[in-house]
Amino acid sequence: MKTTPLYEQHLALGAKMVPFAGFEMPIQYTSITAEHLAVRQGAGVFDVSHMGEFWIRGPQALEFLQHVTLNDVAKLKVGRAQYSMLPNAQGGLVDDIYVYRTGEAEYLMVVNAANIEKDWAHLHGLTAGFEVGLENASESFALLAVQGPRAAQILQSLSEVDLLSRKKNDTFMAKLAGRWARLARTGYTGEDGYEVFLAPDEVGGVWKALLDAGVVPCGLGARDTLRLEAGFPLYGHELTDETSPLCTPLAWVVKAYKTFYGKAAMMGRPCLQKLVGLRLEGGIPREGYGVHKEGARVGQVTSGTHSPVLKVGIGMAYVNAEWAEPGTGLEVEIRGKNIPAVVVETPFVH
Amino acid sequence: MDYPETLKYSQSHEWARQDGDKVVVGITDYAQEQLGDVVFVELPSLGKTVSAGEAIAVVESVKTASDIYAPVSGEIVETNAALADKPELLNQSPFGEGWMFKIRPSQTGELDGLMSAAAYRQWVESQ
Repeated sequence: MKTTPLYEQHLALGAKMVPFAGFEMPIQYTSITAEHLAVRQGAGVFDVSHMGEFWIRGPQALEFLQHVTLNDVAKLKVGRAQYSMLPNAQGGLVDDIYVYRTGEAEYLMVVNAANIEKDWAHLHGLTAGFEVGLENASESFALLAVQGPRAAQILQSLSEVDLLSRKKNDTFMAKLAGRWARLARTGYTGEDGYEVFLAPDEVGGVWKALLDAGVVPCGLGARDTLRLEAGFPLYGHELTDETSPLCTPLAWVVKAYKTFYGKAAMMGRPCLQKLVGLRLEGGIPREGYGVHKEGARVGQVTSGTHSPVLKVGIGMAYVNAEWAEPGTGLEVEIRGKNIPAVVVETPFVH
Repeated sequence: MDYPETLKYSQSHEWARQDGDKVVVGITDYAQEQLGDVVFVELPSLGKTVSAGEAIAVVESVKTASDIYAPVSGEIVETNAALADKPELLNQSPFGEGWMFKIRPSQTGELDGLMSAAAYRQWVESQ
């Protein structure tokens, strides 16, 4: 099992550690609900150093990325970042990713930890004909996500560079608590905040400075409940090798006016099922639970939890397209009982 | 971690205590700690006949749903209605206000067959 550079710090804080994507990661330090609410109301910090980072460099880095990703990389100015996805040949997804333009012909791609090897092999297989170099820098970066309404303000107290007036998806280098870091005003919680890329041997000092400034350490448990309330999909659950993003609320990522790998396959697939948000008063939906309408199974839950903010069950599910409209009444089968559920717009919170 | 001496314990982390002709049942301090924040409790219906070892209730934390097993056989004669609105009582007071249900035992001896506090502590430490 791999560990992140903050492993000893997690143990010292009494974190409950679990295996995740080949890493031993903190799932919670005190309580998922308390950590969740710290991010919604103040500021929390997540160690997400398990995530993968690839450098993409060269005179045709842009052309290569246009080919292998779904969003429009041509729109990215230096110092800007965008959410995107890697399509496969069948119109499904290899991964969902973030792309940062760090220089004229230099991009950083952040990928899911569980997909590092798969993405690396996939991207390598598509470089032919492009003047581009790839570097797997996953071991060279530690990554912190500092999130919450107070996150930027607290980070500002650790830096002399202006952090407060930066826009969402801005990315730049700055010194934080005396260490050089790449900052990006991005996150996976639905709150304002920054993600901070650091050298593995420097992350400990920044982590300590954040905790000393009152930022609450948060585990993967709260990360999951926060992303669910925010309506963000998680690869391996809502997004897979088989699912098309066109059948999800993330269809906006797919820029049909450009060409990309597997485009014909993706554009030619009908959406028999669509990804929706579900809200339940009488139970908690969990991955794999059946969704029913008038006695027939019409879908399945991909993720679910108890929303710490709304205090009801929330989840995401693929349901037959005819039942995907917000307001539609459905049922989720929980331990043999059909519990009423309503299709709702995401995000659930905000 | 608390292991009250006056209670009996199951390997599946329920506690049980004689209360007149009934047996009160809940989950242990260790169980609530492992589960994390309890957000939903599904209790057995009154009058239900249960067998020792049968899954008869469910406790859901933010992260997962866990079955709760009857430590003794008998009839469900009371359930803790307070848990519907305050499932967090299982975290805050697992041996007190967070009790789950009462069983009128149909067999003698099952309660005595459960573990003592010392034996249960050993069981937890071996997990």
